Amino acid sequence: MARALINVPAKAKRGEVITIKTLISHVMESGFRHNQIGVRIPRDIITSFTCTYNGEEIFQADLHPAITANPFIAFTTIATESGTIAFTWRGDNGFSAAESVNITVE
Amino acid sequence: MTDKRTENLATRRDVLASAGSLVGGGLVSGLGLATISVAHAQAQSTPAAMALAIHKIAGEATVKPGKVKLDMPPLSENGNSVSLTVTVDSPMTPANHVKAIHVVTEKNPQPYVISVRLGPRAGQANISTRMRLSDTQIVVAIAELSDGSFWSDTRTVIVTLGACLEELI
Repeated sequence: MARALINVPAKAKRGEVITIKTLISHVMESGFRHNQIGVRIPRDIITSFTCTYNGEEIFQADLHPAITANPFIAFTTIATESGTIAFTWRGDNGFSAAESVNITVE
Repeated sequence: MTDKRTENLATRRDVLASAGSLVGGGLVSGLGLATISVAHAQAQSTPAAMALAIHKIAGEATVKPGKVKLDMPPLSENGNSVSLTVTVDSPMTPANHVKAIHVVTEKNPQPYVISVRLGPRAGQANISTRMRLSDTQIVVAIAELSDGSFWSDTRTVIVTLGACLEELI
């Protein structure tokens, strides 16, 4: 299980725009590099990232090899109601990771 | 993801077919040649490839400069990690919002960097990530608005040490 860091404010006012920052540990091997004997290293990247807020998809990203190792993605959303914000990363070789955080909206 | 796989396969097949016809009857050698040419094609993107990528994103619509702000350092010592922020000037209401943000480059092995889909629930059209740059080049951010228009911003980033090229230790 890849280690993921997520930064979401624990509490927010209703209607407030909150910033969500995510970072997950992953090599993001681009598939363009060669090892010492000249053999190409196969691609191994995260290809998609999804964020849902109480089950509703609010953000989706398609990643390509040009994204750094340990992909960092930050975006915003409106705090509508208390609940769970869930994150899913999917990638090559069946890679899948999921995290979720709770938010209290007053 | 599945879509992208099929897309990749399709291009590979195209290249295979063209290389195969060049070689003529030699099917096995044709396959070998095709694999090499695919590898070469992937290892060098060009301004033309970027233009094609932008065309794939925007279709027939014209991409106008403005509304989008791409924030990147003008000079980067290490191409392995360059931070970028894309901000789009939009009220983000259900009637008028940013549907998608795309980032493409000119000289990376592939033009695509990231494609993001968002909606009025984002509140602001503001995303940040970190990207790899293989060389000094231009980076283009394109925003697709809910009214179907496309807007872009371009930055030139000078890279001292590019990504992708170093050997493994």
